[in-house]
Amino acid sequence: MPDPPANSNDARNAVIEFRGVSYRPSNGQAVLEDMNLTVEGGETLMLLGRSGSGKTTSLKLINRLIQQSSGDVLVEGRSTAEWDLIQLRRRIGYVIQEAGLFPHYTVAKNVGVVLRLEGRSKDEIRRRTEEMLRMVDLDPSQFADRYPYQLSGGQRQRVGVARALAADPPMLLMDEPFGALDPLSRSELQQHFLRMREQLHKTIILVTHDVREALLLGTRIALLESGKLLGIYTPEQFRNSKDPAIRAYLEPFAMLDGDGEMGKTR
Amino acid sequence: MNYILSHPSEIANSAVLHMWMVGVAMLVAIVIGVPLGILMTRYRRLRPAILGSANIIQTIPSLALFGFLLPAPWLGDRAYRIAIVTLALYALLPIVRNTFQGITGVDPAVREAAEGMGLTRRQLLWQVELPLSAGVIMAGIRTATVISVGVATIAAAIGAGGLGEFIFRGLAMVNNQLILAGALPAAALALASDLILGWLQGRLTPPHA
Repeated sequence: MPDPPANSNDARNAVIEFRGVSYRPSNGQAVLEDMNLTVEGGETLMLLGRSGSGKTTSLKLINRLIQQSSGDVLVEGRSTAEWDLIQLRRRIGYVIQEAGLFPHYTVAKNVGVVLRLEGRSKDEIRRRTEEMLRMVDLDPSQFADRYPYQLSGGQRQRVGVARALAADPPMLLMDEPFGALDPLSRSELQQHFLRMREQLHKTIILVTHDVREALLLGTRIALLESGKLLGIYTPEQFRNSKDPAIRAYLEPFAMLDGDGEMGKTR
Repeated sequence: MNYILSHPSEIANSAVLHMWMVGVAMLVAIVIGVPLGILMTRYRRLRPAILGSANIIQTIPSLALFGFLLPAPWLGDRAYRIAIVTLALYALLPIVRNTFQGITGVDPAVREAAEGMGLTRRQLLWQVELPLSAGVIMAGIRTATVISVGVATIAAAIGAGGLGEFIFRGLAMVNNQLILAGALPAAALALASDLILGWLQGRLTPPHA
């Protein structure tokens, strides 16, 4: 087989790379310093860190919601500065904490937003919207015509995921997608996320401050602190690390889990 | 009440002229004011200039503003033109301000999600920002309209006609019935505009939790 065409939505060529990236707001100190990072196609990379560590900043640099002060961010081998901004963002699904659903649109219309912008046919939009809603476990006949304010936090977040995936983008950015949910809904959505990922083969970058979430969902974990990347680890390496910076994350839970097996059972 | 009852068609004609002036003035103010409000959200530096101008216009007494425009070319040829321009100028402030507030009041998460999904600036404006601020903008139009119905009575002083006619004639003749023949319908029109636009405002406000 020759190389897949450049516009294929296969995750293999969906690669993101940070090369010496710094971000400094015009009047403040650096939020991100000399970040170097390669995200491989099809992996789920977790950006883990406290508030202010630069993880959300890193995410927003990828779809150019903000622009780096120096260095280069490459998406599919091309600098984000060279991408047409709209095309770049259409190739990258984006899910944020409060979902950011359009309050004046029904659930179905929210999910179909990008498809409509891309001028797909009405039939296709309806079919795809229903498919997406079923994928996130929301019955279309029950939810399609509701408005966001008529949903629970967990349901809103599911709609947010369905909306981000509707146009089948090869990459997905998620900024604390389960952060605002109660523990039960969160756990439910995390399990759902794992099942969904099996079917979809997307390249996913997910921001979290929850080490358990990072261990549960990530294929790799990038640990950030004060705007610097401390390292990238597999969940296994992370769990067994002797590095005090990592132990600091794990210790609060060591007592609960007893044997450091956290994140494995659930 | 006698005068009102004995001159229904005269009063009705004046009321129609009155509302026509207000209506045209509101359309002009919307066509100018809403884009100005949007401009303010896009270019921070324009804010003080636009809001400042609209504010200053508001501080000029309406009678003086009518008078200032009398010698203006083309405008001064017809009193109703002056009336419409003056009413539109007065209406600018609430419309500009509410447009600005409505758009800047859109939930940042909604805007971020929209931008992240790849909506263009234009799509963001027409599909997200304007629909979500429509209720607030309509509230500004409602305020402006109710004020205009009142201010328009003063336009009779420069001969623009409308319900102010009766009020000025009544003042000159010290005839309360004549004053009421202008004042009562004007108050009723202001109230009716308020109710209708309030209903519209409710319809345009997006559903909330």
